[in-house]
Parts: sequence; C-alpha cells; structure tokens
Amino acid sequence: MEIDFGGGERVIGIDLGTTNSLAAYMDLTGPKIIPGADGDKLVPSVVSIQPTGAVVVGNAARELLITQPERSVYSVKRLMGRGLEDVQEELKLFPFRLAPGSESVLQLQLGDRTYTPPEISALVLKQLKENAENYFGETVKKAVITVPAYFNDAQRQATKDAGRIAGLEVLRLVNEPTAASLAYGLDKRETGIVAVYDLGGGTFDISILKLHDGIFEVLATNGDTHLGGDDIDNLLLRIALEDVQSEWGQDLSGDSEGVQRLRRAVIQAKERLSFVPFTNIELSYRGKQYQRELQRELFDKLITPIVDRTLGPCRACIKDAGVSVEQIDEVVMVGGSTRIPLVRSAVENLFRAVPHTELNPDEVVALGAAVQAGILSGAVQDKLLLDVTPLSLGIETMGGLVSKLIHRNSTIPASATESFTTAVDGQRNVLIHVVQGERELVKDCRSLARFDLKDIDPMPAGLARIEVRFLIDANGILNVTARDLRAGREQSVEVKPSYGLTDEQVEKMIQESFEKAEQDLSERQAREARVEADTILAAVEKARRHDAFFELSDEERAAIDKATNELLLVYHADDHHLIRNKIEQLNEATTKLAENRMNTAVRGALKGTKI
Amino acid sequence: MHCETLQQPPREYYGLLGLERRLNLSNQELQQRFYDLTRRLHPDRFMRSSERERQYSLDGSSLLNDAYRTLRDPVKRAMYVLGQEGFEVGEQRSKDVPPELLEEVFELNMALEEIRTGDDSVRGQLEKAEHNFTNLLSEVDGQLEGLFSQYDEGRSRDTLTQIRAALNRRKYIQNLVDEVHKTLSPSS
Repeated sequence: MEIDFGGGERVIGIDLGTTNSLAAYMDLTGPKIIPGADGDKLVPSVVSIQPTGAVVVGNAARELLITQPERSVYSVKRLMGRGLEDVQEELKLFPFRLAPGSESVLQLQLGDRTYTPPEISALVLKQLKENAENYFGETVKKAVITVPAYFNDAQRQATKDAGRIAGLEVLRLVNEPTAASLAYGLDKRETGIVAVYDLGGGTFDISILKLHDGIFEVLATNGDTHLGGDDIDNLLLRIALEDVQSEWGQDLSGDSEGVQRLRRAVIQAKERLSFVPFTNIELSYRGKQYQRELQRELFDKLITPIVDRTLGPCRACIKDAGVSVEQIDEVVMVGGSTRIPLVRSAVENLFRAVPHTELNPDEVVALGAAVQAGILSGAVQDKLLLDVTPLSLGIETMGGLVSKLIHRNSTIPASATESFTTAVDGQRNVLIHVVQGERELVKDCRSLARFDLKDIDPMPAGLARIEVRFLIDANGILNVTARDLRAGREQSVEVKPSYGLTDEQVEKMIQESFEKAEQDLSERQAREARVEADTILAAVEKARRHDAFFELSDEERAAIDKATNELLLVYHADDHHLIRNKIEQLNEATTKLAENRMNTAVRGALKGTKI
Repeated sequence: MHCETLQQPPREYYGLLGLERRLNLSNQELQQRFYDLTRRLHPDRFMRSSERERQYSLDGSSLLNDAYRTLRDPVKRAMYVLGQEGFEVGEQRSKDVPPELLEEVFELNMALEEIRTGDDSVRGQLEKAEHNFTNLLSEVDGQLEGLFSQYDEGRSRDTLTQIRAALNRRKYIQNLVDEVHKTLSPSS
C-alpha cells in the first residue's frame, strides 16, 4: 500500500554520492530504498561512454572503469561547481582528463566526447530516475536531492543543474547530515541535542541539531568538501604503487588499467579491514602477482592524519552551536567511511558517547531524502527541517574588503538588504561582487557571482538609490533582486556566476539531452526495422528459387521485384517508419507467393504419404 | 493540507512574533513563538500552493528567521530597538575610547605592541588585562540588564540613550578582549 499524494506526482529522494548514489521513496510504513535493475540498492557513481555514444552507469560502468579507463569517470562530485584553479590537487590524485576549453567551465574528456561535471552527474541521476520509473511503472519527474552540508552556492547550483539536465524538477536540495537525522527517527525523543558525523567517499560534514517536538533545527554545521574515503584510497594506492615499483621494477602509475585494478584491490582491503584485524592487498595483472599484508594497526597509523582532519571542524561546530560536549545527547554516524573502527573511536573520544550505527550508513541519507520528499508532498506533517547556511555571504567593498551580509549558521531562508548608489554622474550600471567565506579579504573568500544592476536612469552621482535584497532560499542558494527606490520599480539584475553554468547553458544541455534521447530512440527503432527487413529479404530471396515463385504471374513477380528494390533503397534511412512501410509493401506483394508455397508444401507432403 | 491562505506578514520583528516590545524577553517564550510560526510559514508547507503564496512564505520565513536571530541575542535585540526608535547605531561610535578606560587601554596597547615585537615578558600583564576586561564585560552586562528592566517599565528615551552608551562601551571592551585573546593564542 502506498501513500496517495493527493493527485500530486510522486517525489523521490536521491542521495547523489561521490562513490555511490541511491534513490528512495516514502510508503505508509516509512522510507524505502528503490533497487536498481540488477537488484543492487547502490548505484556506483561511475559513468562510462561507449564509442557509439551509449551511456553506461553504475556497476557495469565500474567494470568498464578498469577495462576502458579513458572512457570512464568516477568521483565527479569532487568537480561539481568548481573552477580550473580549484581542482589542481584533484587532478594530481584522480584520473580526470580535462578537455581544452576548461578555463570557464570544466570539461571532461571521455573517449572523443566532452561532458561538464553536472552533465555526468545528470547521467547518474537519469539512471536513478529510470530505476524508479521501472520500479513504479510510471514516470517520475520530481525529486529531493541531497548535498553535503558544507557545499557552497556554486556546488549547490551545479547539483540543481544536474537534476534539471536529467529531466527532474528538483523540489529541494537537502543537506546530507540533516537528511540522515530525519531517517534516524530521532524525533522519538521529545527534545535533545544531536550531532551527525558524516564521512562519505569524498566529503565530510558535521552538523549539530536541536530537536523539539518534530522540529529539526540545525544549530551549526561545518565540514570539508574534499575529505573522505577517496583520500584513504589514494593514500593506500600510493603505497601499493611504490611496492609494485620496487617488486616488479615497473612504474604502474602511467598504466590506467593497472592503476584502476590496484585501486580496486586497495579499496577491497580497506573495506575488509573494518571487520578483520589484518588482510592482503592482492593484484594479479599481466602475468605478475603483487601481495602485501596490511594490519589494522598500520592502517590506523596511516589514516590517522586523515581522520584527525575531521576533528577540527567538529570542535568548531560544537563552539558555533553554543553547546558543550556534555549537552550533546546523541551522535549519529553517516557515510561508508564511518565503518572504519578508527573513525568510530575518534568520534567516541571527541563526543564522549557511543555513536549510533544501527542504520546502514550508505542508505540513511537517501532514506532521509525520501522523508523530506514526504514533507514537501504533504504526506509527512509532523516533521520540519530548519537548516542553516554553512558559509557567510558578503559583498566586496573598497580596498578588496568583505562586508558580511548573512553570517554562517544563519537559519535559512535568510535575507539581507543593502542600498547602493552611483559614484559618477550619469552612471548607468552598478556592479556588485558577492563572495562566500569567513575571511576578511575578498581574495581569501570564494567569488560567487557578479550582479550587474543595469539601465539605471542617468542622474548626478550619489542620487540613485537601489535597494538590493540578498536571499538565501531553503536550498541554500542565493537569489538577488533589486528595486530602484527613486523610480519605484524593479531594477534589472544580470547574474554572472563565477563558476558553473549560466542558465542559457543549462537550457541548452536540457535541450541536447532531449534531442540525444530522441535520437537514441529513433536510431534504435531504425536498427530494429532493419533487422526485420533482413528477415523478409532473406525469405524472399530463398523463395525465388522455389517452384512456387514460377507459378506466379509476370505482374506478381514484377510487383515483388519492385517492392524488394524499394525496400533496399530505404534500407539505410534513419526513419524507421519509412523502412517499416516498405516492409509492409513487400509483405503484401508476396502474399500470393506465400500461399503458393504453402500449397506446394502441402502437395509435397501429400505426395510423400503416397510413397 | 493548508486551508488557510497566507497573507503578507508584518515586517516589524516584535509584531511578527506577536510579542510586546520589551527588552527583557523570556527565551523560552520567544523560542515557542518562533517554532509555532515557522511551522505555519515555512516554504516546505507551501510547495503545492500558488506562486504568490510561495513567495509570501519565502519572504515571511526569511523575515521570521532574521527576527528570531536578532531578538534571541540581548545585544542585537537592544540594537534593533534603538534603531526602531530612531537612534543611530553605527559601528564608528564603538571606536571612541570611553574616558574612564583611557589609561588602561593605553597601557594595554603598549603591552600588545611589545608582545608582537617578540617581548614575551608582558604575557603575564596581558593575561591579567584580559581577565580584567572580561570582568568588566560582565559588569556592563549587569548594567544592561538593569537598564532593560528600566526601559520596559518607563519606556523613556533617556534610558535608551544610556543603553546605547552601555552598548558602545560593551562593544569597545569586547573588541579589546578579542584582540588580546587573538594575540595570546593566535591559533584559536
């Protein structure tokens, strides 16, 4: 039994992860994961593009990552909403191949095609959408998608763009740790303070919430959008590559397939070490063997610096939340990397409490997204999330200084209003540079966008009065509107995002993805029609040698020749209607032939009985 | 489902929260009002409503959040009331040294200068100063509390003028404490 959403459309919850993605929905008993076609709940966030342009996503793409590394990509979430200068470190550690023209928007080279990070994420989202549609037997158009709490505006915008490109209306972006708290059913306790520690494949978040009678109020959040299991994998991979070099006398690092095989081997060893005290990293590649025992003790020592990097943000978050460690009633663990015993003990030490690990840390975020989907569709009435903006928002003032308008950890939606005027007589434009970050100098913060107040009525300097409203919506995304107070009308604002796609670019991608989908469909239909044409052409060819063919009249034989030729003429056409039309005609022209053949066959059979 | 239609909410913080304009507020009451209102105003509740209602909900809840953030903090709350009553509450005023602190601040600045140039012998002096100023801060907070009650009873502009002076003093001392703290333990 499923919830009737009052004639509204189904809304699914999606966890778009660095390593794995998954979708969930809400039924009467609570949130449920939607399995993929292969029965797996997790869809690896890996995309591979075949030479034909066919897209492979998930488990199958993870295999192709090894055999066709140059056509495959993983961990693309690390590139969402980022610029070329931001990703230099990433480029050293991950096999991302950037195409020329990545200066304004990153372009990934996959085989002979290029894709922006939101387009790659859109392919993962499309797969989840399809899985859901197959599961429900109906189209799914609306979704709640989760993002790391510490994602900045550009990273959120890029995620929203990915949803749009995938053909999904993104009703809400929800922060991952907050979503997890919804799934945990923590509101069973009336009131309390809860910390959510979320260490995933590529991102780390810590959020502290106050629960009060169904309201989940985030007090503070902190994190690192480039810290996660990936970093552990890269660390182990580097060590294993050095081992291989010294044992085989061969540098494997230039061999993409070898690197991907070794990477998989270290990931498997890492995962096993969460349950056993020692294990082997094993690789057998091109006739050579590599094996190394890894003890948890050494593993813990190796990853301590990575785990320690999560503690600073935790302390800052506790301070910002204005609570003491003793006041925190519960700690919840989210993300696959929280299976690591060292991570658990580090969290236990810091918070002086045994963390909750009852729910599957890979699934809890998607489940929470489904609960939020239920809230938005009206099916869940007793819960409400109040989230915060993770970073302060400011504008550039004289001398490259930042004037903060909305402080970090402000409950969203949050707004601020600021007045602007002109500096020169007759000035028609005012440019506002908006940045995000905690530092005092513009150069130390992250440029978000430039807003151009255009077509100001010419007047002496300082007379214009334009009131600009900065509003961070419930998705954590900035909206800017302006009013010309003298003229008493809306002031036009042109947005120039510093990173990421413009609205026009996203529209174009949506258009292209529709066209591509249509093109893919018509290509498939034409191929299917050609297969049918092959069958009938072969049958006719065979029949021409048959007695029955000679029993036909000249006109009948001429009609068959004509229909055959016409079918051959359109055989390579893109339009399957055309091919099918000619198949139909050939079919009609050969009706008599078929009858005759049937008759001769019967006659032959009768003769046979006489013998 | 929402049967009530959403109207544009009042823009004045106290009015929005349905509270009388008092400087001494019960945090518990404030929080309860905030939760009650946010349950009704939050955009999550209006996803399937008309465009105009969705806009009101977005405006209303951002205003409500701003109001709650301001009113739950005594200093911000007092600044807000001063602003509403037509007082100038600029940043510049906090830069004027309160005359009674002139001598102490002068000595403090000397010590800060010395420790920055590597003379660690003044550390003890600075730690003592930090302690003194922190005590002074609590003293000002005590004064403010008294002034708040006085305003709530009499509503006189005189009291507001005194409150503004105390706030400026407080801001000044807070800046000193922050600076000493930053100099003594740069990492935090």
